[in-house]
Amino acid sequence: MGFERFGTVSFTSQTKAAPFVDLLDKGIVAGTKCKGCGASYFPPRPDCSKCFSSNMEWTEITGNGKLVSYSKLIYAPTGFEADLPYSIALVEFPNNLKVFGRLSKEIKDEEISIGMDLNIEVVKLPNDRVTYQFKKA
Amino acid sequence: MKAVAIVGVGQTAFVRGYEGSIRELAFDAYKEAMLDAGLKAKDIDASIICSAPEYDKQRTPAGTIVEYLGLNPKPTFYVESVCSSSSSGLRVAYSLVKAGLHKTVLVLGFQKMSEISSADSQERMGRGSDVMWEAPFGTMMPAYYAMHARAHFHRYGTTEEDLALIRMKAATYGMINKKAVYQKGVTLDQVLSADVVASPLKRFDCCANADGASCVIVAHKDVAKSVSKKPIWILGVGAATAPITMSGRKSLTGLTCAQAAAKEAYGMAGIKAKDVDVAEVHDCFTIAEMMAYEDLGFAKPGKGKELIRAKETYVDGKIPVNVDGGLLSKGHPIGATGGSQIRTIVLQLRGEAGEMQVKDPEIGLIHNIGGVGVYGNVTILGV
Repeated sequence: MGFERFGTVSFTSQTKAAPFVDLLDKGIVAGTKCKGCGASYFPPRPDCSKCFSSNMEWTEITGNGKLVSYSKLIYAPTGFEADLPYSIALVEFPNNLKVFGRLSKEIKDEEISIGMDLNIEVVKLPNDRVTYQFKKA
Repeated sequence: MKAVAIVGVGQTAFVRGYEGSIRELAFDAYKEAMLDAGLKAKDIDASIICSAPEYDKQRTPAGTIVEYLGLNPKPTFYVESVCSSSSSGLRVAYSLVKAGLHKTVLVLGFQKMSEISSADSQERMGRGSDVMWEAPFGTMMPAYYAMHARAHFHRYGTTEEDLALIRMKAATYGMINKKAVYQKGVTLDQVLSADVVASPLKRFDCCANADGASCVIVAHKDVAKSVSKKPIWILGVGAATAPITMSGRKSLTGLTCAQAAAKEAYGMAGIKAKDVDVAEVHDCFTIAEMMAYEDLGFAKPGKGKELIRAKETYVDGKIPVNVDGGLLSKGHPIGATGGSQIRTIVLQLRGEAGEMQVKDPEIGLIHNIGGVGVYGNVTILGV
């Protein structure tokens, strides 16, 4: 399905949201929007929990978001040690859309502040893997 | 309403490596609770077994443990809500008795974390969050709670030192709790200069893994009054959830699952936050206790730091919290923690808490959270 290529380590491969990875390959980070009632979702999902529709369209996340919070990890779970230290973060985009991911290592510690402007970029990883991260806007 | 009571409690010492199997660990807590209640196996109408999965090799632990405890052929099943499993178990036990299905129900929480290697333990930790959308970035509980600490510092001016004060309180009571995994004192300097785990949380801001079991026996008022000289009544139970993904959360400065569970429990018990005389809260990390003060209404949002700075949550303060050492000093054998918190409050209300005894408490509260604020469980007990 391709979903097993997402992230540093993958735990699942089967999902109807697998087109997320095809879009990452095109440089696009996308959520889904319900064609039935207009509800927007990130992470993307194939089923609308508001109106029960499974008729969704993919919607690219564009523009800038603001840093809600972050943490720099010195210890990692198994499989992620080679990436240390790395920072996980939550970023809020317009219309209350929040995205979870990592901060780009190009952002120096002293440059990080809650509320700073960030945007999303796709990152190619070794072994044909792919992910996304936040960089300074 | 005094309809369902707790008539027996037991807990093993929480230790780094229990030298026995999970069934023997469970039996130790069970025996203590049964002797406390003065009951025999035949008196138990049903049991609920609680733990987090994948730490030992026994699939379907409920059936195995129930055989060892001598509780066949009475019904049993497994309840899991990660770190709040045994509080969820209590909620179910309360419901079974209140519904009239059973008169006496036993809740057994256990966790043996030392049988798997630390690499495997860390691998499990990485899968404690949404495995599709967040775990692939390399997440763990300390890091998620660290994000909450960062947000709390930013919004309210809470400091690393405020969190360190919470750790020092935990150590004060851990030192006098023979069942705690960590019975040493800590200095402010030690806590502040410890290694960072996930910024801004450092080693002493985090609870330790441990092996342990707890047992709580719940009974209908007719049984309770004949079995126990001082039944402790379950006055309110509340439960709620919040999205497991951080992207689904409204705010990172508090746990909405705790706020909602507390509101439901207070409502059912007919009390307000100020009526609570003693509390056990889920201090898996120092920031978790800080947020609990506010989520439970012991302090307004952002004012939790004033409570700890003024020592109001010590045993002789306005609202004693975690005066048994909390998870920070007791350790956190996942499935057993809720039952341990419940046991501490039961002993407090009975006047059997020894050196940690709060003066004449009548109402006690247990705040037990599963995951990073995914499952909120609040229980209110009274004399």
